[in-house]
Amino acid sequence: MSPLIQGVLTIIIGVGGCIGYFFASNLILDKVIFPPKGDNPGRNINRANMVRPWLFLLPAILALGLYLVYPVIGSFWRSLFNRAGDEFIGFGNYITMFGDDQFRISLFNNFLWVLVVPAAATFFGLLVAQLTDRMKWGNIAKSLIFMPMAISFVGASLIWKFVYANNPDIGMINAVRDVFGLAPVDVLQLPFWNNFFLMVILIWIQTGFAMVILSAALRGIPEETVEAAIIDGANPFQIFFKIKVPQIMGTIVVVWTTITILVLKVFDIVYTMTGGNFGTEILPSYMMSYMFRDDGRATAVAFVIMLIVLPVMIWNIAQARKEMR
Amino acid sequence: MTGVTLSNVIKRYGETQVIHGIDLQIEDSEFCVFVGPSGCGKSTLLRMVAGLEETTEGQINIGPRDVTRLDPSDRGVAMVFQTYALYPHMSVAENMGFGLKMNGHPKAEIDQKVAAASKVLKLDDYLKRKPKALSGGQRQRVAIGRAIVRGPEVFLFDEPLSNLDAELRVEMRVEIARLHQEIGATMIYVTHDQVEAMTLADKIVVLRAGRIEQVGAPMDLYRNPDNRFVAGFIGSPAMNFLDGQITAGDVEVPGLKETVKLPVTIPSPGTQVQIGLRPEHLVMTKGDTHRVELTEALGGVSYAYLVTPTGEKIIVEERGDERSKIGDMVGLSFETDRAMLFDTQTEARIR
Repeated sequence: MSPLIQGVLTIIIGVGGCIGYFFASNLILDKVIFPPKGDNPGRNINRANMVRPWLFLLPAILALGLYLVYPVIGSFWRSLFNRAGDEFIGFGNYITMFGDDQFRISLFNNFLWVLVVPAAATFFGLLVAQLTDRMKWGNIAKSLIFMPMAISFVGASLIWKFVYANNPDIGMINAVRDVFGLAPVDVLQLPFWNNFFLMVILIWIQTGFAMVILSAALRGIPEETVEAAIIDGANPFQIFFKIKVPQIMGTIVVVWTTITILVLKVFDIVYTMTGGNFGTEILPSYMMSYMFRDDGRATAVAFVIMLIVLPVMIWNIAQARKEMR
Repeated sequence: MTGVTLSNVIKRYGETQVIHGIDLQIEDSEFCVFVGPSGCGKSTLLRMVAGLEETTEGQINIGPRDVTRLDPSDRGVAMVFQTYALYPHMSVAENMGFGLKMNGHPKAEIDQKVAAASKVLKLDDYLKRKPKALSGGQRQRVAIGRAIVRGPEVFLFDEPLSNLDAELRVEMRVEIARLHQEIGATMIYVTHDQVEAMTLADKIVVLRAGRIEQVGAPMDLYRNPDNRFVAGFIGSPAMNFLDGQITAGDVEVPGLKETVKLPVTIPSPGTQVQIGLRPEHLVMTKGDTHRVELTEALGGVSYAYLVTPTGEKIIVEERGDERSKIGDMVGLSFETDRAMLFDTQTEARIR
């Protein structure tokens, strides 16, 4: 069977299955289990209405349970076993992991990433959103800055590999150094600083995201409050920092936390650029380096990452909900 | 305290001209109201005085100073917006003190001025609250407070009451009038509501399509309008207009089924004119020329909506115990010196 027909069939079965499920389940509920007749039709209708929401929730609960809750518990359980998965070793994986230098480096680097990337991406996003707001070619500038969002992390890494290339004929940085007569360097091997060169890639990608959301938020600010501030004698900087930014603070926090969560997940950039060498390892790439080799250790790392992400996630959702109100 | 002078002020957006050379003198501590239908340029003109819109040509003076090219904050004006424009992230006190803070006044002075303004506006209990915890009327009071605190030479109001419900609007109208008496500063007030204009103004400026139609004290405009537009705009319900024609020194009005002699300079015979009659100057008499289509009884007065033999509509004010009913056939009479005559072509008053 050709993949095209397979695809179409999947859609038909999937969508048809959903419709069929809701139709049939409601029919059974109304006609068989609680029919609105017999001794107590009123009570039956009320009961049917109490059950009905659960019919709609059931598929989602099952899917989330299977693909979200089970993996979390399953991973945690797996992380308590040894490399082969046949011997229960309690928190042994966690203990060896925290004793591992490489893990401590990853934790520290990840801390740097979380500190720098969301801050920089949000800052640049806000800056671009404000600067392009009133310009004629602002929308073109915005599209250009948004474009990296469409590139996969691996694709972006490949592009930046050229920028950082240790060859003045290819790499931009070394081409500039060459002009000033400096010898080429491989920036990805500079201890400590190479982390920041990797972060630049993610900032480059995420600035577009921050810009789009913050640009919409800036446009939502009532024009009169800005005019009132002009009459009150505020200069452009004061208007931006004292009138505009406070009014979109909620959105800034949502953008910031969303990027933070993303930063804690991205392994591709480090994996592609340095493979975690030269002291650039971060938790997700550290996890990847153990995956399929030592699943016990890898799941332990995954669980640590989840614990770190969780509070940011909760804050993010709480803020987003507050925004919607 | 100072007045405001506009001389030949013009505003263009690209090719389109929206304000066509306005000359206006607003005296010191005068309450001046710009009134006109929407799109007449009254808000634009106010924003030009504020400095929020650039003045394309002409000159704006506040007192002796030429402020045409000055920044809004250097003009000595404060503005109250229709949407209040309060800073949502600041408390009431911070909102009111923001202007002084931006101009580098010491904190003690700001606190003292905010306290004084909040006392005048009865906002003492709300100083710590955020704007969203206030009602519409309270928000507008804060906006006015923000203007007062800055101690401007000229207050600008841009339709400040149109977001309030009818009851609050009356209340705030009285409050603004009281404020003007207390502070005595020059105020410019934009509205499309002619009741606000009539009750608040020392001087009304009627605008239409970027031009001044007439300037004057409220009752002067009411009693002595220069043209049909002003006559129709000022007064509620509006003045009735009936088509007519000049015949040998008289005015023939088919809508009244009579020929009237008016104490004005009658133009040459054949000229198309309109006769203007205010609802309160018309009296219903026995007759069968006009049919009552609808009556609105407001208590003290009723308004009867009549249809003339020519199909034109007339509103007549009724007082007293005897009022008309729907379907009645009546006649009309009026004192000829109350009637006004307008040229249909130019809309100018014929005096």
